Amino acid sequence: MEAKIAIPSNKKETWSGGGVKPFGASYGKMMMWFFIVSDALTFSAFLAAYGLTRFKFIDSWPIADEVFTHIPFFHGNFPMIYVAFMTFVLIASSVTMVLAVDAGHHMNKKKVTIYMFLTIIGGLIFVGSQAWEWKTFIKGSYGAVRTTDGKILQFVKDGHQIALSDFVVGERTDAREQHTRLNGLWFEKEETISTYSIDQVISAYNADPTIQIKSELINADKKSKVILSREAGSAALAKTKMIVEGANLKVNEYGNTIFADFFFFITGFHGFHVLSGIIINIIIFFNVILGTYERRGHYEMVEKVGLYWHFVDLVWVFVFTFFYLV
Amino acid sequence: MAHAHESNLKRIWVVFGILSVITIVEVILGIYKPDVLHLTSFLGTSPLNWIFIILTLVKAYYITWAFMHMEGEKKWFRRAVVWTAVFLISYLVTFLLIEGGYLYTTLAPLVKW
Repeated sequence: MEAKIAIPSNKKETWSGGGVKPFGASYGKMMMWFFIVSDALTFSAFLAAYGLTRFKFIDSWPIADEVFTHIPFFHGNFPMIYVAFMTFVLIASSVTMVLAVDAGHHMNKKKVTIYMFLTIIGGLIFVGSQAWEWKTFIKGSYGAVRTTDGKILQFVKDGHQIALSDFVVGERTDAREQHTRLNGLWFEKEETISTYSIDQVISAYNADPTIQIKSELINADKKSKVILSREAGSAALAKTKMIVEGANLKVNEYGNTIFADFFFFITGFHGFHVLSGIIINIIIFFNVILGTYERRGHYEMVEKVGLYWHFVDLVWVFVFTFFYLV
Repeated sequence: MAHAHESNLKRIWVVFGILSVITIVEVILGIYKPDVLHLTSFLGTSPLNWIFIILTLVKAYYITWAFMHMEGEKKWFRRAVVWTAVFLISYLVTFLLIEGGYLYTTLAPLVKW
């Protein structure tokens, strides 16, 4: 019976490391801090690796404002807005978490319950937003071509990027069909083929003199991508190897392949932390409702999971800066 | 726990205000990117980037000190955590970024645009 309600009965207090508290911090809290230090080093290694790669390709790295431009339910170009919303949600859920910890200090079960609930809701909104962000990123919005030397060429009109479907007319003309298990070899399937053929894109470019090609190269004075002249664009386009729509780990329409790889890896790893944070929060939430901490006499578990949750917020602050702002 | 019975409600909301204002400032600067900050260079990158990095560190300070309640921990526990992390991260970032710059100067001349 005692074991079930988690009250130390033999005075040994195994889980709090005995009665001794170095630095006045309990065993659990101290270990949470040390875990956070090691996890912080993992995340900084990822972000530093991102920095290294970005410096390596400093003259051609994708510009974040041109990549993350969408918000749900609205058409148009809104860089930063959605990710700012996500940041705000996470900060707000951090606040409700710290309010839960504060209510725990006053042994106020009702308030802890409410604030834990709000924290979980905030976390769910954040993970949902990140899923949407991924979906948008994977789907892509414009489409581009990749040349034989691995460069991405995008299309612009009047200085604004346009989608392939904005200037290529009609359906795919070369009668190329998607190879599936049903219409071809049953033991092989093919990756999704592009909406248009290469010839179709090139002839559409040649037919419309207002369209220009945007290269990956960054003009260092203006910090914007270099737009090629019609002739240079034509020459670059002649080397087209494939049409790229959206992003995956091998190729993406935004530019450097490794940019998308880092995006998936870092935001994915962070999103996984948020997800596990939500799950731990839910467990603690039910413990609060069941009165476990009321009987234990303190709400330190809420404090510990709070540390983890704030850490997730802390990491996002850095991801936000180095992926979207700098 | 020394802080067991005092309430930190006011401090929590003040910190929330500070973090929100900083985020809003970052977003506004990120959207408008004033040329005088964005297209000039200062200590290796644009002043705008330095502003973003400093504001991020300010946010990190408030999250750690106020929300994670580092300000309430014993001095040497705080130092054991913060100094370790800050030292190792600065070390890692410095060397990786220098290496990245070196890779650029070595490899970029080989890329034909």
